[in-house]
Amino acid sequence: MNQSRTELIVGIFVITGILCLGYLAIRLGKVEILGSGYVVIADFASVAGLKVGDAVEIAGVKVGRVESISLHDDRARLALRIDDSVKLPEDSIASVRARGLIGDKFIVISPGGSDKLLGLGGKIRETESPPDISEVIGKYLGGDLTSKSETKKGETK
Amino acid sequence: MLSLLVQTGRFSLRVVHGMGGMFLFLLSALFLAFRRPAKIGLILYHIKTIGVDSLSVVFLSGFFTGMVMRFQGYYSLRQFNAESWLGSATALGLLRELGPVLAAFMVTGRTGSAMAAELGTMRATEQIDALDSMAIDPIKYLVSPRIMASLIAMPLLTAIFDVVGIYGAYLVGVGLLGVSSGSYFSGMESSVVFRDVYSGFIKSVSFGLIITWVCCYKGFHAPPMATGVSRATTESVVLSFILILVWDYFLTSVML
Repeated sequence: MNQSRTELIVGIFVITGILCLGYLAIRLGKVEILGSGYVVIADFASVAGLKVGDAVEIAGVKVGRVESISLHDDRARLALRIDDSVKLPEDSIASVRARGLIGDKFIVISPGGSDKLLGLGGKIRETESPPDISEVIGKYLGGDLTSKSETKKGETK
Repeated sequence: MLSLLVQTGRFSLRVVHGMGGMFLFLLSALFLAFRRPAKIGLILYHIKTIGVDSLSVVFLSGFFTGMVMRFQGYYSLRQFNAESWLGSATALGLLRELGPVLAAFMVTGRTGSAMAAELGTMRATEQIDALDSMAIDPIKYLVSPRIMASLIAMPLLTAIFDVVGIYGAYLVGVGLLGVSSGSYFSGMESSVVFRDVYSGFIKSVSFGLIITWVCCYKGFHAPPMATGVSRATTESVVLSFILILVWDYFLTSVML
């Protein structure tokens, strides 16, 4: 009696603990038990600030996440895991965007109009790298800097 | 002059002897834990004393830690108009640092001290010698099940602490401070990666080992008298706290 009561209480404790651990790992840690979705590849000139696990969105709706970031021929190669329910035409455009000036980076895909669909391991050819924040700020704050460089260009020509 | 050298030598030898004794104690306890017969019933009993009995205190401390973090975070982030980062700040702080460390502190105070006192009393009343004379290895019977149980119970307790803390912070943030619940959870989900959960898990397992190791060792080798038991209890709690904090620093600097 006493032994089985201990077993029951410990059982409840262990189940609760494992549920909490599972919640943390799957909901927050985004562990995929079954590798759902398919992976497409996209090469970018720069993905500065992007992290593994960041969102992939179409029209503001999250449809996947960045699975890996690696270097391939001096360009950043991203593997994007896209939900199975979302079909991407072959001529889709992927771009890196930021939420606000210093916010998280994420990938936006604008679906194209082609009839051919991207499959497993397909590659998004058209990509857009993020605007360099310091370049943009330089343009607005130090307008003289850009104009100087333009005149220099003019002189060399 | 000579006596100073002798004093230094004696002190160093005692320190080295003590450290070696602690490591041998841990190694033999771990080794014996995997020798037959396995003490499943004892392990279950100790999961109950370490895990289930600490549940209420872990629940309360987790809840209030989450709420306090929320208030504190709100106060400092409001100055930058960055209240939407509250979710990620709370979750990362709880998962990586506060959850494992505070849960380990609670278990040390709740169960570790009891362990040291129990083993110290058994030593003082010669029950450990009695086990020895009945050819029952006291380390296998008393220490190994506690270590196994703490390795299982600590990560689970820490996970419960984290979840309770996150929801406690949610209650304060969304209920009292009026931050949108969407930005709380989406900020949390976008900034936490599996590495954070994993590093908290590793920390909690190693803290569980530290607590039972230190407390069992201190209790097991307590001087057999009333003051010996009380001193073993105090020393075990203080040493556990210090080791947990130092080890936490090393793990954080390695795993960050």
